[in-house]
Amino acid sequence: MQGFSRTFSIAGQDFSKGGSASLEIKEILREMGVDPALVRRVAIAAYEAEMNVVMYAERGEMSVDVDPQTIRLSLDDEGPGIEDIERAMQEGYSTATAEMQQMGFGAGMGLPNIKKNADLFELASTFGKGTSYRITFHVAPAGQP
Amino acid sequence: MSRYPHSVRVDADRCDGRRRCLRVCPTEAIRVRAGETLILEDRCIDCGECITACPSDAVVPRTDSFGDLGRFKHTVVIPSPTLYAQFGRAILPDKILRGLRRLGFDEVFDLAITCGDTSLAIENLLEEHKGPRPLIFNGCPAVVRLIQVKYPNLVDHIVPIKLPQCLAAKEIKETRSRELGLRPEEIGTFYVTPCPAAMIDIQQPATEGESHLDGVISIADVYGPLLAALESVDVESYRRGLESICILGMGWAVAGGMHRTLRIDNVLDVSGISEIIKTLDDVERGRLQNVALVVAYSCPQGCVGGALTVENRYISYNKVLRLLETLEREHIEACRDKREVRERYRRRIFHMEHPYVPRPLRSLDRDLGRAISKRKRKEEIYDGLPKVDCGICGAPTCLAFAEDVVMGDARLTDCIFQAPRRIKELTGEISRLLDAIGGGANP
Repeated sequence: MQGFSRTFSIAGQDFSKGGSASLEIKEILREMGVDPALVRRVAIAAYEAEMNVVMYAERGEMSVDVDPQTIRLSLDDEGPGIEDIERAMQEGYSTATAEMQQMGFGAGMGLPNIKKNADLFELASTFGKGTSYRITFHVAPAGQP
Repeated sequence: MSRYPHSVRVDADRCDGRRRCLRVCPTEAIRVRAGETLILEDRCIDCGECITACPSDAVVPRTDSFGDLGRFKHTVVIPSPTLYAQFGRAILPDKILRGLRRLGFDEVFDLAITCGDTSLAIENLLEEHKGPRPLIFNGCPAVVRLIQVKYPNLVDHIVPIKLPQCLAAKEIKETRSRELGLRPEEIGTFYVTPCPAAMIDIQQPATEGESHLDGVISIADVYGPLLAALESVDVESYRRGLESICILGMGWAVAGGMHRTLRIDNVLDVSGISEIIKTLDDVERGRLQNVALVVAYSCPQGCVGGALTVENRYISYNKVLRLLETLEREHIEACRDKREVRERYRRRIFHMEHPYVPRPLRSLDRDLGRAISKRKRKEEIYDGLPKVDCGICGAPTCLAFAEDVVMGDARLTDCIFQAPRRIKELTGEISRLLDAIGGGANP
């Protein structure tokens, strides 16, 4: 009842729209008066996740859930999945094509960047089917009311 | 005195309510309430889009007139290089400066030289910069304010170097007061500008600290008298005129010009507010860290596109480009010596005394729980609106209107599409009333 929730669909390969969901999430959080530094962390994580769908998957859905204590991003995609999650989490590891790299993506920083910005990042994938992300941010630092 | 005085006002007598300004404003800072067009101070970034869009010339820049010269014992006019851009190769800056002086000023100051110094200072800054990348050029006041208002996270990307006109005014006051035995306030410094936002650097500087400019005159106001004055101005030779031009400073009038002859790797030139917004989104996401400097002008093509110019922005852009090409061909670089500028840079002559600070927009509520409820309410309201963004309610979009309703600044019934529903409700109420009093039957 108290929380705010919103879901966005993301289309694979739609580079012209890619990034628009994370922009909207950023604007929602800004309007709610969330601390700008936290807004930026959420926006970066949301953007990296969204672009992963655009680059690799068929389609996906990203939700943002906000309550006074936490902000959660949940993303589920239908796509190739990630074969080796541990490797994918390493900086510099990428399966991006040369074209994607030409556009400034696929430097192998995406997943590590989400992890760096999130308070909690859970990643699950079924190879050949899809990937799901659960990204959590604490609104107030741990231990504070 | 309001917190953020702005560079434009709406002349209620001229405004005939066509609401073009409402639609073009990039930060949704305009509302029409009770027939009056208002500018929301905390949202306005002084870009001047509304001035250009208004078909009735009802959005008026707050600039000064020549009449204000009498307040001072010694007056100095400081033209933006964009004034030169109105004429290009046909009339060179040396002649324009002489013409300007005849308009009643005691002295003219060639700001292009200071602009060139500032370009070199920015080159020095980039060499030693260790902070966040990319740096964002601060020469366009609307871009600086856009960042302060909508990208508070990026204020530490803004180049912390003084604007040439502020630096020049400060130096003029210091040297002339000494030389002429006057108090600094007896010396009047007037900036001739293409930009409505220039006056706010006097009344509402983007950073703390006083401004040394005393007045701002629009290029459009100066153009006619200047043309007349130029008729009787003689210059020594065309070649000497060319040799007096600082190519770097001249470049400040156009997008891509201020760094044209500098050795800076990877500068990104952007112009036009909507493109700048996309670029700043990318900077905020950390996508442009390989770029050293973003040079953004809110007006397309740069300052030659300013709302207070006379010449078509593409023509004056072309004029500047051809002038720069001529200077390059002739190997003319009448800018100050790089070593001299470096030495002044080391003495921190160019550095701003105060940092840029964020000026974030108000949020729905200070309390996150209440803000969440209001955001949900806003979406509920929005769902019931026609989403045609007609602007009849006085807000630029249905979404902005929904927010105004939630914040108590507008009533849902201000939406004209709510009228049929209201009529239907009233009809129901009336027929129920009539039934109740037994008056439903025809006489």
